[in-house]
Amino acid sequence: MALIELAGIERVFQLGDSEVHALTALDLSIGAGEYVAVMGPSGSGKSTLLNLLGLLDRPNAGTYRLEGRDVTTLSPDEQARVRSERIGFVFQSFHLVPRLTAAENIALPMTLAGIPVKERHERVARALVNFGLENRADHRPDQLSGGQRQRVAIARATIMQPALILADEPTGNLDRHTGEEVVNLLEGLNASGVTLVVVTHDQTMGARAGRQIVMEDGRLQRDSARNADAPG
Amino acid sequence: MRLADTLRFARDAATGYPLRTALSVLAMSIGVAAVVILTALGDGARRYVVGQFSSIGTNLVIVLPGRSGTGGFNPANAITTTPRDLTVDDAASLRRAAAVSRVAPLAVGTSEISFGGRLREVMVAGSTSDFIPIRNFEVAQGRGLPDEDWNRGSSVAVIGSKVRDELFGNEPAVGHLIRVGDRRLRIVGVLKAVGQGLGMNTDELVIVPVSLAQAMFNSNTLFRILVEARSREAIPAAREQVMEILKQRHRGEEDVTVITQDAVLATFDKLLGALTLGVAGIAAISLAVAGILVMNVMLVAVTQRTGEIGLLKALGAPARTIRLAFLAEAAMLSTVGAVVGYLLGQLGAFALRQAFPVFPAYPPDWAVIAGLSTALGTGLLFGVMPARRAARLDPVQALMKH
Repeated sequence: MALIELAGIERVFQLGDSEVHALTALDLSIGAGEYVAVMGPSGSGKSTLLNLLGLLDRPNAGTYRLEGRDVTTLSPDEQARVRSERIGFVFQSFHLVPRLTAAENIALPMTLAGIPVKERHERVARALVNFGLENRADHRPDQLSGGQRQRVAIARATIMQPALILADEPTGNLDRHTGEEVVNLLEGLNASGVTLVVVTHDQTMGARAGRQIVMEDGRLQRDSARNADAPG
Repeated sequence: MRLADTLRFARDAATGYPLRTALSVLAMSIGVAAVVILTALGDGARRYVVGQFSSIGTNLVIVLPGRSGTGGFNPANAITTTPRDLTVDDAASLRRAAAVSRVAPLAVGTSEISFGGRLREVMVAGSTSDFIPIRNFEVAQGRGLPDEDWNRGSSVAVIGSKVRDELFGNEPAVGHLIRVGDRRLRIVGVLKAVGQGLGMNTDELVIVPVSLAQAMFNSNTLFRILVEARSREAIPAAREQVMEILKQRHRGEEDVTVITQDAVLATFDKLLGALTLGVAGIAAISLAVAGILVMNVMLVAVTQRTGEIGLLKALGAPARTIRLAFLAEAAMLSTVGAVVGYLLGQLGAFALRQAFPVFPAYPPDWAVIAGLSTALGTGLLFGVMPARRAARLDPVQALMKH
């Protein structure tokens, strides 16, 4: 069963008097455990697609099934619950809370979900070890390097053990070397079974994904999986 | 999100911006401190005046010569418009009124007192043996005026403590002869020091028998008649009877004014109570201003932390959690402000009491409770709007601002 099924998705933004079609007649299916790179020029709709997949945005038309369940009709609070339990986000600019320590930032999704303190501590301790941040637990984001910040962010994205990780230009603010580290980390997560969708400009990074989707003007311009299934 | 986590999150958020937090806490605390100090002043004034006025005696009815207020045409007024003076006999006649327990006539004048070459000006009060107990004075040494015929004043005097100190220093005063005006009087008692009391400093007073004072000042009128009612309940009856007796003695003319201590007390109490309420109301305006400031601060916080709110939403925080977090922050700002303000206010009231020991500047409980709850209420009320705004932010838009 596909983890993600999009059918006939339309997303229209109102900009003054004109309507902008960010996504048009989009059909897409992503299986559990896939590693998908979404590429395309700026304004092609790839960020909008990621927001829709992350339930941060609603389509104007079409249906989105996540793990077989239609999530487009859920109330905002139900969607928040799905985000909390099934989806992890990794952002280009990390989005760490500046006044919280690395450990507190990692624990934030569990804090919001109301998980007991003891369990939080155990899971954060494990995550700190897994992501090589044992010595950085009490550091605030401004005391961390870019690579460490993104590692904290990835640890935070995985702490609730989501089925799906959505990464928006995760290496965009990093140098080549640390970017490489972060990609390795994400790929490691994918290898352990988490579905990974990465939006990227970086051709080489995109090439490493198991499946490439290229978007243009709100449409799927090329999908490597579809090409493989039905060439031409 | 658990309550403890919400509170901790709000606390960290507030302490994350120390200047902004300190300023709004300061504003709130100034508001609360203003309420506490101003009501302490108002209520202190009320207590001071009421205390002073009740210290002049218990269940007092005071008779003044002349009538206050305008009467209509009265046959008696047509014959004579000059009010009759109050005399010692008028005072003596009041003793037969049923509701009256004690009566003291009072004649007042100034004279010179001298002893051993030392001379000073004093206020002389002519009265009777009941004057000291009616006015709640206490005799420190010796005894009060003798209980004798009111028209036959013996040559004795009771002096205030300051007069004693200045004339006799550390020597015992009782038994000595002093000169008051052209009379030689023997000191039979010294009053206990009490300080200022309604403009008449009893420490600088010399009390002599009423007929002696009248002779000294060459007049047969009285300044006041002090009447003590048998009980608090008997005060209106005492007033009626006093009025009736004096009207009879003055040929049907109501040419005296009778005031009761109770009525004056109640008037002062009401007046100064209203004053306190008024200043509390003015101070409450500063609380409302502080509340608006908290709202402003929270609105700024929402704008400043838009990216963070977007993140919280992305991490699965429902609108309610975000609302609560911001509301908790606003509540914290106003709670801390209220508590700091309360302490500041109490400190201010304490300083006032230290500076003016006679002035009982204690803030009334109702004002403290009202001040604190208004502070918390406005803080919460004005926190709702920013919190709702935060919860309603579009996560996609919010995440872009970072």
